[in-house]
Amino acid sequence: MLSFYLEAPAVAAPGLDGWTKAKPVLAQETAYRQTHLPKYVPKILPPTAQRRGSISTLLATQAAQESLGATEIAPRELASIFASSIGDPEIVDRLCSALADPQPMVSPIQFHNSVHNAPAGYWSIAIDSLESTSSLAAGDASFAAGFLSAAVQCRAESRSLLLVAYDLPFAAPMDTTCPLSAPFATSMVVTPSATRQTQLHCTLEINAISAPASRMADAELEQLRVGNPAARALPLLRQLASPTDEETLTFDYLPDCQLQLKCKPC
Amino acid sequence: MDPLQITAYTTISAAGDGKEALQSALLEGKGGLQPNDFGHAPLDTWIGRVADLENRPLDEGDRQFECRNNRLAFMALQQDGFLTAVESLKSRVDPTRIGLFLGTSTSGILSTEQAYLELGKSGRWPAGYHFKGSHDLFSATQFVRMKLGLKGPAFSISTACSSSAKVFCDAHRFISTGLCDAAIAGGVDSLCLTTLFGFNSLELVSGQPCRPFDQNRDGISIGEAAGFMVLEKNSSTDSGVALLGYGESSDAYHISTPRPDGAGARLAMEQALNRAGLTVDEIDYINLHGTATPSNDRAEANSINRLFPSSTPCSSTKGWTGHTLGAAGITESIIACLAIEAGFIPGTLSTQSPDPTLGLNIQRATTTEPVTRVLSNSFGFGGSNCSLLFGRISC
Repeated sequence: MLSFYLEAPAVAAPGLDGWTKAKPVLAQETAYRQTHLPKYVPKILPPTAQRRGSISTLLATQAAQESLGATEIAPRELASIFASSIGDPEIVDRLCSALADPQPMVSPIQFHNSVHNAPAGYWSIAIDSLESTSSLAAGDASFAAGFLSAAVQCRAESRSLLLVAYDLPFAAPMDTTCPLSAPFATSMVVTPSATRQTQLHCTLEINAISAPASRMADAELEQLRVGNPAARALPLLRQLASPTDEETLTFDYLPDCQLQLKCKPC
Repeated sequence: MDPLQITAYTTISAAGDGKEALQSALLEGKGGLQPNDFGHAPLDTWIGRVADLENRPLDEGDRQFECRNNRLAFMALQQDGFLTAVESLKSRVDPTRIGLFLGTSTSGILSTEQAYLELGKSGRWPAGYHFKGSHDLFSATQFVRMKLGLKGPAFSISTACSSSAKVFCDAHRFISTGLCDAAIAGGVDSLCLTTLFGFNSLELVSGQPCRPFDQNRDGISIGEAAGFMVLEKNSSTDSGVALLGYGESSDAYHISTPRPDGAGARLAMEQALNRAGLTVDEIDYINLHGTATPSNDRAEANSINRLFPSSTPCSSTKGWTGHTLGAAGITESIIACLAIEAGFIPGTLSTQSPDPTLGLNIQRATTTEPVTRVLSNSFGFGGSNCSLLFGRISC
């Protein structure tokens, strides 16, 4: 069992444009309306990255930047974990299209932006930090795996981490091979002890499957949750937006195990 | 930190199928690079290609995972008595408490590359193309977890060329927090056009076998490899070699160019030494990341020169295997273990005249001598650095 604290939640998704606007929606005080995702250009990125950063880097950084603004922990003290199932769908399409040419030629910028850890690399440059970052994937359970990994590193190394989860849908022709419903990014800070910003105290366990995954009451938000691996975080975001006394959330993880998270408001 | 015992491992690369073949290749100075013959328009370069993968389909029941990357992973699982070793592990440790952490950079992207070729010709996806089982970064981890009958936590790390080094850090953390009693760390990356043409677009590919730390070095030779290692705490099996320390850092400099002063890499090495409670004088050998690009080797030299005595023996083994990218960390961790177990310091194949301006003690030829502690460096795009420290546990 892992014990840790959460603060500085952030979200960037259609109809959930930043934590301030998303909070009443997640707390079911106002209705969810799925709108078009704004074109994010996070100011924290250096100008070249603002121009050249891939869509995944821009979306992931938008959420990470919002978390950074909500925590008092200095950016350079935060290790980070970036979780994403696909990485950057647009670059996959462009590279594979270019490589299907009889004389393949790929763009050097697209190639270096194609690594799964490009958003993590741009993040370390943005905050000028030599601290460790990691980038992982676990299919539909990428958020669960990232959350678990962040909690483990937080406890193992007694340190605070930024957790970012993001995924974007493929356009045609790849959309038929790996359908995702909408883009989604979320971010939060995981700490080993409570701070002035702490919102939830959490205990996390890996258990045999005993309950269905926690869902969203709103049908459209539920559709978003199941349609994007990063959006599997939504029940936790709801809890951060509107904490009940004590809640146990269940996240699907692997075919034979799931994560159970007990959260208490602080 | 508490060391983790290494109780089994397996490897496959162009330098050989299994650890004995790899060790013989290192001792005899026989590398596995060949002129590039991969894909429909082969670039003029050299590659480390594992022979006969094309003729080794997965078992009928595993078709949903069919791709070159998973074939390579499966070949590695079948070497070195690894499957038997994992069965033995499962008799000692509850499979729900065995973690699986695998590194890959490009996973089975080759399947999507080939599917696009077919789509262009026929307007249809080829029969049998399935993203989730091949290209998806989690594919190899799911496949290996199923083949080994593991039930514990699992994910894929994808941080370019540090991927299968960073999995050791996760393995240690999952064990030290009590979530796991053992872990399998490893990785797999296979040849694809994305990396061949991608590195070529950055002018980082050599036209001849790579020459790490040579004054005339001019780029990498891309290879493919897979490897897996069993890590245990309190094992009764005394293999003698253990993971003693790890370090992770970022360059915060550029996505595809290493930080010239090597400050990020140095931080990773310092963390590995600190976690192991060792000083620089206690390291017998450094297995360099040593890709043979002008910028990597200079930055790595800068990081080591500011930390280690100039006498510390260093070499890059990429002349044997090629740069196996997301599998480099596990492949070179295995070379570190072989060096300790068999007592040798690998040389730097193909390097003729070490660059005198880099200042390291580059071992050109493999020498046999006792080795007790080895530092292994893996650095990747995105400025992702990882250093691992292996050694005899009794020291």
